[in-house]
Amino acid sequence: MAQAVPRDPGLQPERTRLAWRRTTLACTVATALGVRAVLHDGASAADAVMCALCLLLWLGVLAVAHRRMTALSTARPRPLGPRVAVAAALGTTALAVCAMGMLFT
Amino acid sequence: MITFVQSLQLWFAPGRLREEGETPDYRFSLANERTFLAWLRTALALIGGGFAVDQFLPDLRWGVRVGLALALLVAGVLCALRAVNHWVRCERAMRRGEDLPASRFPALLGALVAVVALAMVVIVVFGWEG
Repeated sequence: MAQAVPRDPGLQPERTRLAWRRTTLACTVATALGVRAVLHDGASAADAVMCALCLLLWLGVLAVAHRRMTALSTARPRPLGPRVAVAAALGTTALAVCAMGMLFT
Repeated sequence: MITFVQSLQLWFAPGRLREEGETPDYRFSLANERTFLAWLRTALALIGGGFAVDQFLPDLRWGVRVGLALALLVAGVLCALRAVNHWVRCERAMRRGEDLPASRFPALLGALVAVVALAMVVIVVFGWEG
């Protein structure tokens, strides 16, 4: 598959794709800490729900990031859509809300 | 000058953002996207810090531990929401050919992180245990 458009010498799409990958890694670390909290403190029903929510949010962020990374694998990718940005930020916010819930249960 | 409500409307209306001005060089949009992601990682790091304070400092008095964790988590939430807002505003400014928006958020976040760090130092040095 030869690209008709010349490759960007600054590797902007690749750098952006790696930025998304770093973000998913940061999200994985935060989620792992949340799951660890439940496993160590002994799980009540509320904790189990929080843990499941954390994992779901993590999967959601991974899915959003994967879609964007796929879209970035062209020479001239379209700009980021507001919905993708909002989804990623709201996933992060919801993770923090889960963490707050865990503080008080 | 864009008000917060106006940029909030842009969050959920992709068409409206594209109607503004002209599409800039895709490299500028990607640079803006990476800045957004860097702020999102900062938010995730703050949230991870909140989880960590709650888990790895079990000897602290309950109020102190929860207070520190809450400060970090709230900072994480603000950071994530502000990341989208700043990204939208930058994207819009680039499309209109305006100057990029200035922000005092980095200074505020830096001050908050400094206060939390100082509190941790005081707690560790004076052994403020419950």
